[in-house]
Amino acid sequence: MEKFTVHNGTGAPLRRSNVDTDQIIPAEYLKRITRSGFGDGLFSAWREDPEFVLNKEHHTEASILIAGPDFGTGSSREHAVWALQDYGFEVVISSRFADIFRGNAGKSGLLPALVEAEVVEKLWELVEDDPTAEIEIDLIELKIRAGDLEAEFVVDGHVRHRMLQGLDDIGISLGQAEEIDSFEKNRPVFKPTTV
Amino acid sequence: MGLTLAEKVWRDHLVSSGQNDDPDLLYIDLHLIHEVTSPQAFEGLRLAKRPVRRPDLTLATEDHNVPTQNIELPIADPISRAQVEALRENCAEFGVPLYSLGDEEQGIVHVVGPQLGLTQPGMTVVCGDSHTSTHGAFGALAFGIGTSEVEHVLATQTLSLKPFKTMAVTVDGELPAGVTAKDVILAVIAKIGTGGGQGHVIEYRGAAIESLSMEGRMTICNMSIEAGARAGMIAPDATTFDYIEGRPHAPAGEEWDEAVEYWRGLGTDQDAEFDTEIVLDGSALTPYVTWGTNPGQGLPLAASVPDPGQIVDDHEKVAAERALQYMDLQPGTALRDIDVDVVFVGSCTNGRIEDLREVAELLRGRTVADGLHMYVVPGSVRVGLQAEEEGLVEVFQRAGADWRNAGCSMCLAMNPDKLRPGQRAASTSNRNFEGRQGPGGRTHLVSPQVAAATAVSGKLASPADLA
Ligand code: SF4
Repeated sequence: MEKFTVHNGTGAPLRRSNVDTDQIIPAEYLKRITRSGFGDGLFSAWREDPEFVLNKEHHTEASILIAGPDFGTGSSREHAVWALQDYGFEVVISSRFADIFRGNAGKSGLLPALVEAEVVEKLWELVEDDPTAEIEIDLIELKIRAGDLEAEFVVDGHVRHRMLQGLDDIGISLGQAEEIDSFEKNRPVFKPTTV
Repeated sequence: MGLTLAEKVWRDHLVSSGQNDDPDLLYIDLHLIHEVTSPQAFEGLRLAKRPVRRPDLTLATEDHNVPTQNIELPIADPISRAQVEALRENCAEFGVPLYSLGDEEQGIVHVVGPQLGLTQPGMTVVCGDSHTSTHGAFGALAFGIGTSEVEHVLATQTLSLKPFKTMAVTVDGELPAGVTAKDVILAVIAKIGTGGGQGHVIEYRGAAIESLSMEGRMTICNMSIEAGARAGMIAPDATTFDYIEGRPHAPAGEEWDEAVEYWRGLGTDQDAEFDTEIVLDGSALTPYVTWGTNPGQGLPLAASVPDPGQIVDDHEKVAAERALQYMDLQPGTALRDIDVDVVFVGSCTNGRIEDLREVAELLRGRTVADGLHMYVVPGSVRVGLQAEEEGLVEVFQRAGADWRNAGCSMCLAMNPDKLRPGQRAASTSNRNFEGRQGPGGRTHLVSPQVAAATAVSGKLASPADLA
């Protein structure tokens, strides 16, 4: 996983609440055998509408999704996070996330930034006014800065630590390689192998 | 205070204990893999340039997507074929042993592990599949994991986890004739509900459990997940050791003695405490069948379809109404009067040799009812070969049953074996969800004995109903 300290990018305003994982990535995409490429299926039903925010020319480069409350409800599919990342998002800002989505996002390095509802409102207005407005997400100080707005956000301490260090769960466990090695040395000889 | 079986296995696999609220790091002894939940995990490894840490503790087999007929032909469905081919390429690239379609050791992942002697007491066993709980029958701590966790185990041979809660399900007494492990577990789930085991490892104990064969114990542990539990376990005993001894991956010589000594010490201590305890009288059980669309909606075969109007709990009432509509059943209909179109014997719940023996016993000298299609699908190639050797296949075919090659088959609608819309099946598998066996298909979960009797009579029936 890449280190995440401070991210600068533009935002896409998703003025919807209760965006469930079926909307983020429909079930028909789950039969795939790759982890990449899910960006095609991101919000696929909504993207058929030319007026949908991600279809607007000035939002196609956005890396920060600004969404309404209860983002990521429904099925626990990890593909929802993969789809958002593959499309190019690095941060999702919302005033409330579904637990499992928040956990999955943190694991994969997609930053779920939890803010007060009024911050979402202000950011929506800001990027609707000026789609090229730069937004800064500072994971060190837990601040969002855009224009003259400065607001705090919340993220799980464990997730923050991991993202700052660029460690994924696997990276963290591999950090205990010595403990794993010594555990393996002491495993009973009668334990089976598959070869 | 003493420890439970599950706690002892956990203790013996701690690579490190989590501080404060952090999870523990647990070593994994055996990682089983199949084609559906592994492709993205391998891709993750490739992207991060990580190897598989212990290919020698990993085993792959093809099961969910494989056809059970004409297995020498390429798989017709492109998505199924792509998943199977991806598994073959990934296993070759990362050095993971694989039993492919056509191999003598191929079969359903949860049938293959135990049969090779790879599943042993006191082990941690994981697989990207919820029915990994099956392996708990040997006193192993075995549970299903998600795709990210599959990648985690491939890369590190560990998992970071917080300890599970413990539950004891005690089944006392002697099971009456015609009552099998499947009936026991359907009764347990009907009693505690599909969420009753949530967050727990269930340990099954008591005289009725101890008297079961390994096959029966696997059937019970297999369906722990249907009660919402993370895993099911049974303390290892002489039955367990006898089953393992002499299998290809079983310890031998001095190692065998050492292993047995360790295994004997794994049982739950006298003074250990469970978070939850449930007791059932095994001698009062009768054959069980499900009438609805979740495995908790089960009743004794002698009962009738329930009336949702009589159900007090609002949530369950609505669920029952919806289930009866989907199942096309009327309240008050005797379960024995329900006509069945298809009988499916197989799956990781009841696709082992003992199950096939029970079915053959009942089919001997009888025939499958007119218009009813009976599938008999061995859980593995080995089970199939043994059934042939014992003359069971001849019995099935003489009775008019459709004998197939090994795989998950009609347990789930991911390969060509599917129910057609509106068809009703009596099935020895583990899930009766809407559409599980094919869109619009209706499933009654039953034991192998009830499946066989039903195939002969054309209606839900127990062996006692056969003249
Ligand atoms: S037989 Fe059914 S439950 Fe068992 S592994 Fe296959 S699909 Fe899953």
